[in-house]
Amino acid sequence: MNLHAIKAIYVYEMKRFFRTILESLLSPVISTTLYFVVFGAAIGSRIEEVEGVSYGAFIVPGLIMLSVMTQAISNASFGIYFPKFIGTIFELLSAPINFFEIVLGYVGAAATKSLLIGGVILITAGFFVDLDIQHPVMMLVFLVMICVSFALFGFIIGIWSENFQQLQLIPLLVITPLVFLGGAFYSVSMLPEGWQTVTLFNPVVYLISGFRWSFFGVADVGVGLSLAAIGIFFTLCLGVVWWIFKTGYRIKS
Amino acid sequence: MRAIVTVDRLSKTYKDGFRALRDVSLDIEEGEILALLGPNGAGKTTLISALCGITTPSAGQARVGGHDIVTGYRAARAMIGLVPQEIALEPFEKVINTVQFSRGLFGKSRDDALVERVLRQLSLWDKRNNRIRELSGGMKRRVLIAKALCHEPRVLFLDEPTAGVDVELRRDMWEVVRGLKESGVTIILTTHYLEEAEAMADRIAVINRGEILLVENKADLMRRMGRKTLQIDLVQPVEAVPDTLAQYALELAHDGHALLYHYDTSGERTGITRLLQALADEGLNLRDIETRQSSLEEIFVGLVREDAA
Repeated sequence: MNLHAIKAIYVYEMKRFFRTILESLLSPVISTTLYFVVFGAAIGSRIEEVEGVSYGAFIVPGLIMLSVMTQAISNASFGIYFPKFIGTIFELLSAPINFFEIVLGYVGAAATKSLLIGGVILITAGFFVDLDIQHPVMMLVFLVMICVSFALFGFIIGIWSENFQQLQLIPLLVITPLVFLGGAFYSVSMLPEGWQTVTLFNPVVYLISGFRWSFFGVADVGVGLSLAAIGIFFTLCLGVVWWIFKTGYRIKS
Repeated sequence: MRAIVTVDRLSKTYKDGFRALRDVSLDIEEGEILALLGPNGAGKTTLISALCGITTPSAGQARVGGHDIVTGYRAARAMIGLVPQEIALEPFEKVINTVQFSRGLFGKSRDDALVERVLRQLSLWDKRNNRIRELSGGMKRRVLIAKALCHEPRVLFLDEPTAGVDVELRRDMWEVVRGLKESGVTIILTTHYLEEAEAMADRIAVINRGEILLVENKADLMRRMGRKTLQIDLVQPVEAVPDTLAQYALELAHDGHALLYHYDTSGERTGITRLLQALADEGLNLRDIETRQSSLEEIFVGLVREDAA
């Protein structure tokens, strides 16, 4: 295994992140604060508790998920799209590395960045609400799995995209609506019965539910089901990435 | 000398049916500078891309240092440095970071002394902390070369390395390339400047429409295919070439002030002595005579035209 290459890609990508550290971290902190002001204070004050948890605390896992998923996707997709866009992809293709090493470098860096952002949001949330994480290890497992899986998904989007508009398309049109409708700000049990069934077709519901369970011990769906969902999503993404490098889809003629 | 790159019946056909390479076979000897010449779209970049792993060949095989480019791609690619035609660099990155990145990508551990040596060799050391976007076009080309060299390749592909570079910098580049050759690096150079190939290459390969037309030692090629021209300046201009000199196929030049005689240096007899005698017999007084060797450019244009015909 070309460990030097993995390290080179990882360090290079992380340096890019730290070059714009203020913008990278400030933006999620500000948006989280705004969510707390709007949902936590303004609206949340009228909702007493959801499943035994104060509304302000209840939305924390969903807020973290929202940022972590979008950041993992945007970092990984930009990471691989940018070399394609400016032409430096030739170097990756001509280097003595395989697809797995390239993915480890790019996805590892994107997942680390989103993990850091998730941590910052968690700390920010701590200023607004009292958080008592019931299953910290499982919380970390969910967080890492989601960061890695969505970074893989972002990597696929970056390879698929042929312009900057396409790069934004899926995060904006698919991910954000799925997270908003996936129980980030409410419990599935709060929905009318028919919609409860419909919402179960949204894969993000399982992720948010599992993540929220690690905080408060309450979940919309079983924890095992949540873990299976993230496992399936991770495997699917890995399979697609493997196929991309096998066929050279949109990167190699 | 042994071949460090061997290409055996390599072909590349794109999805739209375009055949960019047709059964290309070529041996590149260790330590030489091979100039790969061809018009636009001839297949030069496709050949380089196939050897470097950027394009997947449709058929055929190639080896670098004995390693197959597909089954032994790691070992093969580790020996190759590539300077692409297009300037492709991340504009916001510092020179030194991008060079160190390339070294890591090729599986080499960090070596600050080596990176410094490469950057100094390319007159980039003073610019090491500059962002790429702050550099001139010529400097960016040097950065590309530094990136290609920092993992100590034994084979270096230079795809149009001096395109868009001013004359002075081009000559500097030639010095760099000569220095690399002296250090034992095998260099494959594609260029549109035939003067460049003429000045630097040991061997010339001409490719057109995806096929190798010839591979030959430069000196042999120029001797074999090169023609010389004898220009005879006359004291008194003539209106036409006298009929008695018809057998020499002379051309009238400079409004009748000069006659041009084309001859083949590879022939046993050039006919110059007989021509000069005939001119004297005709009573023509000579002011001056000079000879001119046809350039590689003329040879190349002739070959490509012949192939197109």
